[in-house]
Amino acid sequence: MTKFIDLTLSGISSGAIYAAVALALVLIWRSTRVVNFAQGSMLMFTTFIASAVINSGASYVEGFVVALLAGFALGAIVERVVVRPVENASPLNAVILTLGLYTLIVAIAGMIWGNTPRSFPAAFSLHGYTVGGTTLLFTPNDTFIVLVVIAVAAALAFLFRRTSLGLRMRGAAFAPEVARLLGVRVGRMLTLGWALAATVGSLAGVLVAPSVFLGPNSFDPILIIGFVAAVLGGLDSPPGAVVGGIVLGLALSYVSGYEGASLVPLAALVILVIVLMFRPTGLFSATKERRV
Amino acid sequence: MRALAVFRGSTLLRSLAIVVIAGVVLILVTDSLSSYRNLQLAYGGYYFCVLAGLTVLAGSSGQISLGQGAFMAVGAYTFCKLNAAPVAWSVFPSLVGAVVAAVLIGIPVGAAASRLRGPYLAGATLAFAVGLPAVADKFPAFLGGENGLSVNPPTSPHWLGSNFPLERWEAWISCAGALVVVFVLYNLTHSAVGRSWRAVRDDEIAASLAGLRVGRRQTLAFVVSAACAGLGGGLLAAVLQLTTPSAFPLQLSLTLLAGVVIGGLGSLVGAVWGAALLVFLPNWTTDLANSFSLSGNVSHNLPIAIYGLVLIVAMLVWPTGIQGGLRALGHAVRPAIAGRARRAAAEPASPEAEGGSSKDEEVKASQP
Repeated sequence: MTKFIDLTLSGISSGAIYAAVALALVLIWRSTRVVNFAQGSMLMFTTFIASAVINSGASYVEGFVVALLAGFALGAIVERVVVRPVENASPLNAVILTLGLYTLIVAIAGMIWGNTPRSFPAAFSLHGYTVGGTTLLFTPNDTFIVLVVIAVAAALAFLFRRTSLGLRMRGAAFAPEVARLLGVRVGRMLTLGWALAATVGSLAGVLVAPSVFLGPNSFDPILIIGFVAAVLGGLDSPPGAVVGGIVLGLALSYVSGYEGASLVPLAALVILVIVLMFRPTGLFSATKERRV
Repeated sequence: MRALAVFRGSTLLRSLAIVVIAGVVLILVTDSLSSYRNLQLAYGGYYFCVLAGLTVLAGSSGQISLGQGAFMAVGAYTFCKLNAAPVAWSVFPSLVGAVVAAVLIGIPVGAAASRLRGPYLAGATLAFAVGLPAVADKFPAFLGGENGLSVNPPTSPHWLGSNFPLERWEAWISCAGALVVVFVLYNLTHSAVGRSWRAVRDDEIAASLAGLRVGRRQTLAFVVSAACAGLGGGLLAAVLQLTTPSAFPLQLSLTLLAGVVIGGLGSLVGAVWGAALLVFLPNWTTDLANSFSLSGNVSHNLPIAIYGLVLIVAMLVWPTGIQGGLRALGHAVRPAIAGRARRAAAEPASPEAEGGSSKDEEVKASQP
């Protein structure tokens, strides 16, 4: 029973991180109809930047902020330079392009920082809370992770629902022609969408890095799981991404605890296939089902 | 002239001729190559098998699979289990076993994949590529865990003489596998099966109105490509005599994608270019790094960076790849030659030796 509680708690914490990655994917899918398979390597790269900043003597907070700023810049550059030309091409082209970007960023990170994984500091203690004499698998750092992700999700919801900038971004994504007629700078809004998404991704990278060591390939499973979480939530819906992330975090935590961590990516695949078989548009999507 | 016409009319005969000529050329070539070059030829042979399967899947059927590395792992592990001590089959039955295993796993994965489109399909096969090799850790006693499985070097038959070089025999095995793949894929893409794949790729609704079972056709294409990858994996195990989970990272699947994209999607000749790139690029970049005395980190990652650049640049400026470029060149040059010889020859230029692709064929995928 203790094990079940432990797994549930750690599932919530890892689910929060999956939710952040899923949010990053959903923001980009909403604005440009591209699944950003490079997200995993982009957040790896910005986490490496944070690591370099912290190793050079700066504080954790400074590293954290630098990672977010780097993510914002990287997202904007990527959208502007390489993604813009394929936004209206066939979906396969965009998939191959983002995978190429993934490969290139992984290689550059390996060139700069080497392929040997290194440790990354945590914001708060990694010793679990003690309740009634037993030490739980839930740490103060996990609390921090969950709170940060909730805050980010709330901030994004506020941005999109309550501000004029959010309205313009939604307009650019869903009705680009009309938005352009009404004076919205559509291209700039799309770039901003990518930059915001990459910022959220960088956040996930910094949060997850203490528990998986930081190396060019160490975030591959996170990307896969974030993608599955986004699909679970319907790819179109930010609240769906958050719920999908938490649900998946719990499910994979049980798989990992009872069957072994090596099966986690395969379990994510099985969940993905089952969900797509029965709800081809995800659990929370409002768009119409595709029929052939 | 009449014999030539029959020959042109029959895909089977044409493909047999291609395979026999290529086989004879390869046998002659391996004689003059050094053992290192023969080994490289063997690498190229198994890469070709995988790339050919993937290029037919992407070019003819319009699906994409990022899970080919995982199917290679299935083939390689099956080969090792069958070829090593308790079972101890010889090389060729073990290779057949590797193909059968890849088909058996490819059927459920392909059935699931046929329901997915575009980015969903890419994500699912990506998960397959990341997830499957980790299964070896789950069964360390059976699959060898991190250390993997090993087999003895393949022994050449007695009639080749006792001091027949091992590398040459490995090159022969690998190229034989590649030629089988050429034969099968050439005939498939030039038959009703290939036409139905292209029909499904171009318009699913029209294809199903014409009576094609869209899902089954796509599953078949996926299973064929899985079988090719399984054979490639089996050949890899035979040539390297070792299979480990770390030999099949996500990077391998993306490298294979780069190989087919640079060769040109849908073109079997393009798969040859892709295989050559995959074999030679790491060597070139190592030489380059040595001559500029770059650090180990840079030289290790340079090939990967180039694969990434290839994928990006190809999508931005040159989606048809090397073979598409050559074909465009051919079409540009041909009218000049044909103009001179127009009266002499009424027939068009020789049939193209590739997987049923036309010049206007580009990267195509069904709508999401």
